[in-house]
Amino acid sequence: MLAPQVEIMLVAALAGAACALPGVFLFLRRMALVGDAISHAILFGIVVTFLIVRDLRSPWLLIGAAGTGVLTAVAVEALRRTGRVKEDAALGLVFPALFSLGVVGIARGVGNIHLDLDAVLLGELAFVPFDRLTWRGWDLGPRGVWVMGGLLLLNLTMILAFYKEWTLSTFDPDLAEILGFRPAVLHDLLMGMTALTVVAAFDVAGVVLVVAMLVVPPATAALLTDHLARMLGLSVLLGLASALGGYGLAYALDLSIAGSMATVGGILFALAFLGAPGHGLIAQARQAARQRRHLAQQMLVIHLLSHEGTEAEHEENCLRTLPLHLRWDPAFAARVIEQAEQMGWVVREGELLRLTEAGRQAACEIIGSNGGMMPLSR
Amino acid sequence: MGFAFWLDPTFRLVAVGSALIGAVGGVLGTFALLRRQSLLGDAMSHAALPGIVLAFLLVGSRDLPLLLAGASLSAWLGALLVVLITHRSRIRPDAALGLILSVFFGFGIVLLTVAQRQPTAAQAGLERFLFGQAAMMLQRDVEGIALATVLILVVVLLLWKEFKALAFDPAFAAAIGLPVMALDVLLTTLIVLAIALGLQAVGVVLMSAVLVAPAAAARQWTHRLERMVILAGGFGALSGVLGTLLSGWIGLPTGPMIALCASGIALFSLLFAPRRGLVWAVQLPRGKRDAGPSG
Repeated sequence: MLAPQVEIMLVAALAGAACALPGVFLFLRRMALVGDAISHAILFGIVVTFLIVRDLRSPWLLIGAAGTGVLTAVAVEALRRTGRVKEDAALGLVFPALFSLGVVGIARGVGNIHLDLDAVLLGELAFVPFDRLTWRGWDLGPRGVWVMGGLLLLNLTMILAFYKEWTLSTFDPDLAEILGFRPAVLHDLLMGMTALTVVAAFDVAGVVLVVAMLVVPPATAALLTDHLARMLGLSVLLGLASALGGYGLAYALDLSIAGSMATVGGILFALAFLGAPGHGLIAQARQAARQRRHLAQQMLVIHLLSHEGTEAEHEENCLRTLPLHLRWDPAFAARVIEQAEQMGWVVREGELLRLTEAGRQAACEIIGSNGGMMPLSR
Repeated sequence: MGFAFWLDPTFRLVAVGSALIGAVGGVLGTFALLRRQSLLGDAMSHAALPGIVLAFLLVGSRDLPLLLAGASLSAWLGALLVVLITHRSRIRPDAALGLILSVFFGFGIVLLTVAQRQPTAAQAGLERFLFGQAAMMLQRDVEGIALATVLILVVVLLLWKEFKALAFDPAFAAAIGLPVMALDVLLTTLIVLAIALGLQAVGVVLMSAVLVAPAAAARQWTHRLERMVILAGGFGALSGVLGTLLSGWIGLPTGPMIALCASGIALFSLLFAPRRGLVWAVQLPRGKRDAGPSG
């Protein structure tokens, strides 16, 4: 018997990890919004099932919802495969239609019975410890742990079993087709697994958490690595970190747990967006600055070479006129010259800059690599 | 039940308002569709939540214009972040939209738990934002919608070439020196404006249908942007009028009926549009199919 807080954390972590796994493939297939689409579309399934069973607590509602989830996924994929619309439009066509039918169904059939959707499917993590599984009087722990644990295990097994096939059909569906795989079947399998995970997790953990964990950890992981297996691993870790960090935040400040998880996930993404090595904004800016300086040094030696030994050498290759002729900011020019000196490409002779042997060679190499063309220089 | 409501001034007002929203949705949706940002409407409507709750928390009243202002600001901020993320990282539009949608909405839920602790609690009537209440449109609202429609259409006409380049080949647009990111911000801002207009009439969830369905339908009938924009605007306006008509006739909520009309037009176009229609593809023997590129 665990403490309620631990049970909630466990379910949050399991849900985060279980959603992050299929999320990676959805991210790569431009289907990141499928969770959100399913969350709206299942209204249709719930309403239709309700009109048949007329009982808000019936387990059939969940089955109806799951059925609509799979239906949405399959319909979107079928629509996309016709080639008439792209992924995003296919999603955007299917779910508002189903949602509208659901709303019409409520207005038409449900009449004055108040169909409280919150009670039907929007699970709430805080209530996890109260919904327990028992067997012959034994307390087996919260149902949520079993559901989310089972889904995580299922997703993990499926991904391990179909890793090669899904990788290939995600990155190169044409090649997969030629090699005799069936990308369409593989895709339907993935979407079916996703729909099942999403709907079951809605019931346990709520829509907010599921939609966030399906998108945010995979997108963050994509900024941190270029390798699919690492992306899957990182995604799960980020899902876990969002779950535990979010729970801590919610516990400390008495806030919505799922909302806090999504917020922490967003903060982790923002950190990666700024600071990721290679893909982060800071790394991009530093690389751009490095390239700018590199180009400036190349321009400097070529400029010096082209005027070397000419009459205008003292006018052109002199510290005073260089910033003007190369259209550089004086401070930038000073830094470029200083670095060129450190690299041993140039030496100062009073006001005059002279190429060293190494600098001359570097300049010749650059000109050579430009197909022998003389770069413009004034 | 007769057709007397057709003469009813209130009904005509609602029909005109819905038609305008549909037309703007269709025109802007065309660009969203071509940029693979069809779900912008859906994302922005979720991104509006923290703005609504913050406006409520800061001022402590449930004044509708105030909440709408908060919603629009927050959705706009979300849209700007989507533009930033797609331009400055390898994250593609769908994932950027999903990110903003889920994180903003989650943060909104967090704020909501704070709002519920206030003594003045009681959740700000969110249902109105979810399903819209076209029937409550006033003369003043329709005038506002008409003004915004004209404004949006004028901007699209003035920047036609630029938006066209942005929609089909952003790399080319950047290479010829267009301020791609600024244009993207402007286009996205126009879409957020259209969504804010639609909030009241069709509600947030169904605003995505108004953005996607007319544009996807128009795409099936033509390969030219000019015709596609005009067709999408027409389909959107038609959905607005038909939806209002049906809703008045059968007595069902207007928002979903508008969305269903738009979906119906899209379905019809996917099946029966000349050349691209799926029905013709089945009948034509292999090798004679010519659907042209998708998207």
